[in-house]
Amino acid sequence: MAFDFSQDTVKAWRRENGRVGVRNHVLILPVDDISNAACEAVANNVKGTMAIPHAYGRLQFGEDLDLHFRTIIGTGANPNVAAVVVIGIEPEWTKIIVDGIAKTGKPVEGFWIEQNGDFETIRRASWKAKEYVQWATELQKEDCPVTDLWVSTKCGESDTTTGLSSCPTVGNMYDKLLPHGLYGVFGETSEITGAEHICEKRAANPEAAAKFRKTWQAYTDDVIEAHKTNDLSDSQPTKGNILGGLTTIEEKALGNLEKIGRTSTYIDVLEPAEAPAKGAGLYFMDTSSAAAECVTLMAAAGYVIHTFPTGQGNVVGNPIVPVIKISGNPRTLRTMSEHIDVDVTGVLRRDMTIDQAGDSLIEMIKRTANGRLTCAEALGHREFSMTKLYRSA
Amino acid sequence: MTANTYPQLLVHDKVDNVGVVVVEGLTAGTDMLCVCTEDNSDFRLTAKADIPIGHKVALKDLAEGDTVIKYGEDIGRMVGSAEVGGHVHTHNMKTKRW
Repeated sequence: MAFDFSQDTVKAWRRENGRVGVRNHVLILPVDDISNAACEAVANNVKGTMAIPHAYGRLQFGEDLDLHFRTIIGTGANPNVAAVVVIGIEPEWTKIIVDGIAKTGKPVEGFWIEQNGDFETIRRASWKAKEYVQWATELQKEDCPVTDLWVSTKCGESDTTTGLSSCPTVGNMYDKLLPHGLYGVFGETSEITGAEHICEKRAANPEAAAKFRKTWQAYTDDVIEAHKTNDLSDSQPTKGNILGGLTTIEEKALGNLEKIGRTSTYIDVLEPAEAPAKGAGLYFMDTSSAAAECVTLMAAAGYVIHTFPTGQGNVVGNPIVPVIKISGNPRTLRTMSEHIDVDVTGVLRRDMTIDQAGDSLIEMIKRTANGRLTCAEALGHREFSMTKLYRSA
Repeated sequence: MTANTYPQLLVHDKVDNVGVVVVEGLTAGTDMLCVCTEDNSDFRLTAKADIPIGHKVALKDLAEGDTVIKYGEDIGRMVGSAEVGGHVHTHNMKTKRW
């Protein structure tokens, strides 16, 4: 009899809004690039907190500004975060971020630098950060169903082994857990090229299929066709993909799509960093295929664990979301095993089935939720990369 | 399976005309054990070149203009030729997109 995942639990933090978090970060979150220094100073003053410096947040406008706010607010709102100190250059946009995060019910307070200077801002924010970290470190974990987790996926430095082993491993996990109430998400819009007709058919309803087709076509027309200077064979597939044996985008796309398994269907298509709003199940998110950008957007949408198949060995991590690396490439396991959490090389040797590989990933998701640091966490990978839609004003 | 029966080449789908090398250090002349993952059926094929792990091998003679099939799907076209057992990659194959 198949294992009943709906009865399986992990020890995790149940947040004020009911969501389950698997980490307990106190963030020092800059609204904009010029507040990074103050945030890093506060994080240096108060141990157990973490600053997330980033490159943007000034003179943005329109859809690009909306995405900036959504990404920053979503990062603070993520259930892996217990409390947030927000620092911006001025009070107005700082308040937008604070109010957005406050909707979760978690402790959040904003500080601004104009008319205070870095010193006074750092002093006041440090007192608040110390209060938050001592509060957060006494929060107790409780038993939570595995299927209350939100688990995202995106692959990187793919090769032909990802389509044979690590991507179908993630697909098997989704096929097993989504029917019990898990939230999932996949994306990488341009990397579906060559398999878009198959992806369209994997929609759970005609609205989601039409939305996917429109999103894929818009990315192709407005991003790829509008800006390409050659046939993209130098970028997509990447040089690493090609070294690993992938020749064309079609081949890469078909391997990529193995991540949604055999039976899973997506119920809606999300904007970058948009939180899913149609209940449990699988979603498609409009993202680039750049690893750090994509994981950052999925974390901002509220996903708490990321499953990351890799062939040639992508080393990406995220500040707030544990990134679980899965690889079936024996050369990668031989040369850079410090980066790989789940070894599925047995799939290529034909002494491990995809079903067994999927179970081993679910086991690693549980261990990660229970507190095991992923390789990316242990090695200090905290890549936080904002997606920017166009130049600032 | 024991070590000496591990496959050197995996094929996704019965209709595919390329497979993937899954071992390091494959040399020309190797009599490869090939497994189709769709149904675990196997066959043998001789490698015609030293082909790196992850790279593709032609399962039949492929000529310029032929469509390359993997996962049972169109993954591009041949822009050169490859004999059965030969290496298929960027030197003789290209996308139909972009």
